Amino acid sequence: MAKSKHAHKKLDVSSFPGPETVHRHELENGITFLARENFSSPSVVISGFQEGGSLAEPPDQAGLAGFMMSMLMRGTKTRSFQEIYESIESIGASLRFGMGKHNYSFFAKGLAEDLDHLLELLSDVLRNPSFPKGQFDRVMAEKVTSLAIRDQNTGARANLRFNAMTYPDHPYSSPTSGYQETIRNIDLKKIRTYHRNLIGPKDFVISIVGGVNADSALESVRRFLGGWTNSQQTTQPELPSLTPIKGLKRESITLDGKIQSDVVLGGVGPSRYHPEYLAAALGNNILGRFGMYGRIGSQVREAAGLAYYAASSLAGGPGPGAWKAIAGVNPVNIDRAIDLIRDEIRKFITDGVTQEELTDNQAYFIGSLPLQLESNEGVSGGLIHVERYGLGLDYYQRYPEIISSISREQVLEVAKEFLSPDDMVVAIAGPGEIEGDA
Amino acid sequence: MGENGVLQTRLRNGLRVHLKEIHTAPVISCWIWYRVGSRNERPGVTGISHWVEHMQFKGTPRFPAGTLDRTINRDGGIWNAMTWLDWTAYYETLPADKVNLALELESDRMVNCLYEPKEVESERTVIISEREGHENEPTFRLAEEVQGTAFRVHSYHHEVIGDISDLRSISRDDLYQHYRNYYTPSNAVLAIAGDFRSSTLLKRIREYYGGVPTSDIIDFESRVEPQQFGEKRVLVEGPGETPFVEITYHSPAGSHPDFLPLSILDSLLSGASSLNFFGGGISNKTSRLYRELVEGDLAAAVSGSLPASIDPFMYSIRATVRSDSEPDRVVDVIDQEIEKLLQEKVQEAEVSKAIKQARALFAYGSESISNQAFWLGCSEMFASYEWFETYLDRISEITSERILEVARSYLTPQNRTVGIYRPRGGTFNG
Repeated sequence: MAKSKHAHKKLDVSSFPGPETVHRHELENGITFLARENFSSPSVVISGFQEGGSLAEPPDQAGLAGFMMSMLMRGTKTRSFQEIYESIESIGASLRFGMGKHNYSFFAKGLAEDLDHLLELLSDVLRNPSFPKGQFDRVMAEKVTSLAIRDQNTGARANLRFNAMTYPDHPYSSPTSGYQETIRNIDLKKIRTYHRNLIGPKDFVISIVGGVNADSALESVRRFLGGWTNSQQTTQPELPSLTPIKGLKRESITLDGKIQSDVVLGGVGPSRYHPEYLAAALGNNILGRFGMYGRIGSQVREAAGLAYYAASSLAGGPGPGAWKAIAGVNPVNIDRAIDLIRDEIRKFITDGVTQEELTDNQAYFIGSLPLQLESNEGVSGGLIHVERYGLGLDYYQRYPEIISSISREQVLEVAKEFLSPDDMVVAIAGPGEIEGDA
Repeated sequence: MGENGVLQTRLRNGLRVHLKEIHTAPVISCWIWYRVGSRNERPGVTGISHWVEHMQFKGTPRFPAGTLDRTINRDGGIWNAMTWLDWTAYYETLPADKVNLALELESDRMVNCLYEPKEVESERTVIISEREGHENEPTFRLAEEVQGTAFRVHSYHHEVIGDISDLRSISRDDLYQHYRNYYTPSNAVLAIAGDFRSSTLLKRIREYYGGVPTSDIIDFESRVEPQQFGEKRVLVEGPGETPFVEITYHSPAGSHPDFLPLSILDSLLSGASSLNFFGGGISNKTSRLYRELVEGDLAAAVSGSLPASIDPFMYSIRATVRSDSEPDRVVDVIDQEIEKLLQEKVQEAEVSKAIKQARALFAYGSESISNQAFWLGCSEMFASYEWFETYLDRISEITSERILEVARSYLTPQNRTVGIYRPRGGTFNG
């Protein structure tokens, strides 16, 4: 073990993105531009986000923001749906959008020579969507179908119930994809209004990584997005406060014809802005990820053989995402799996982690950085993360020291702050709970 | 070292070694491939190859159970394994200076895995749980029935996970015998790509693997699937609100000259497929079937798949049927599109577009060290590395005439199985 203790010292941190290699500029209209050149690559990745997501949508229209996002590529003032996709698929490129609670995101990839085309298209679909009625009807039918499939998925249903119970009267209680009943309340007028109020250059961040010259990329971004304004762009609503979970709250959903149950248990976790977020992330790795799913996997999967997957996760976004454990188990084993996971959480917040566990996981966090930053996608994602949370352009170069400095006490403190086996939500979805023999 | 920058050699014990230097990031990806998968399984032991893969993580005297995962993670690496029709592969992607760890672990578990009875029983329930998770999904239930219907004789007829009755009855000795039979240097390919010097790495490989004894594997002769003489149909009913359609045609082996023309045909019908094992595909909204089925308001999604395999396997078209549509209408439209393909010559521009898409996706894949290492080994499992190296050249030579030829050869009603998943209706009690 000892030989890995200072593994990070062998890392050449100068090869990671930093102030020397990352170009950052702020355009006059509020857009932040980031770029890193990689001329060993024939391709380019364009990704980014804009502050503002689905928080502003009314509860009875859950899914509105995501619906609007799905409509961006369905036609613009000068391009039809088929023309948009013909222009990217014919060159082997891709462009897609995603909607979150706090921001929307975009991702494009193509050959480096097609950078300008992708930027021009990105600008067009963001600024000039025509929201055609025929496409609206089609997207509606596709969404209803995909929501019907989701509503038959035990993992999805357990997570939906978990969020509803953990975040009552809070925007996090409903999914950005909405529900079958709320999606039907959406119409084109609401989509146009949401688009007008949300999409704009303010707080818009774009990152370009790959085989392109950074100065040229900046010029292209100025050309296609520099003149963009939206005087009606509004700011995000504030998140309401949360009521702490008291006691064990357990609910089950029955899905006829299923074989296996999914179990989700946990509560509210720290946001990425929490000063001890990385201590929580290290702790979570020990609890339910390291090796074959950490301590939870070791007990539920390896020792008891109850589940193919049994792990924990920490959302860590701009707001207080969930810190939870999941397991897929036969219905007869639900109680046993829950007891084992709660036991592990109790030990975790009582005894903390061992020095060996902490050292191993610090080595993993630091040592895996080259893998995370191997590709254009990885670097681009890293730049976005740094900008999103104001971590500084030298964050990845400082990262080994930041992780190494985290102590067992810090991990224990943050675990105690957010986890309790006696105050948590337990959500189950499956064929119905069957009296266990264990 | 060949002109292609790939060192290809074979050790005295029969282990084939492929090394490709890529110095764009301080990372290596190490893969060991064994020529064994569900194709090598008889009824009674279906799923045994996949179970053996699980048992390979259960420890050796040198690396007891539970230490292997931690050893890899501790050094900043990731690892995993996968079992397919024709092969089982294990990989570690690590910081470049940790390559010795991958060599040590994999050479050790090629011969020294314990297969403790207690671990076998614990893993039995884990694998049954994995299968039960699959069974929750309507698309798995449909795919399993379609595959089983398409193959009556050949061992491709069962899913890699295996049948539940076999998962309950396979014994520790069955597993250990399967391991000893197939996990031997002469049945393996070691493929490594990344930031290393090939000559130095080869010396280390000889140190770790040179002393591993080889043994003759018991030949497994797959049973040839007889020609099909009429369309087969299968209906699966189950929970949910959404119907699914899967139409599958017997397809040529991965090494067959018709394979790549059929892949371009699939690109025209259902969109460009990526060779990139670790993601990186593109959308399919300009494909013929998307236009007719999704824009025709019959389906919510459509896709195609054509896996490269040792023996002839399946070309499949899958559609998610909209709740306001009917599976039979979807099948009718697919039939019309295939008929159009058979009757009307494909425009060269459409072929050129499919080829350009394939070239772009190939270029993306070349950027990933893990993807390069994947193909260094995977191509050897069903053909040879030359298959991968000449991929672009052969793709570029495909003409509309060749596409018509393969369409006429394979896309016939007599060569297919049509599967429909019909939902019984959903009930939500929560």
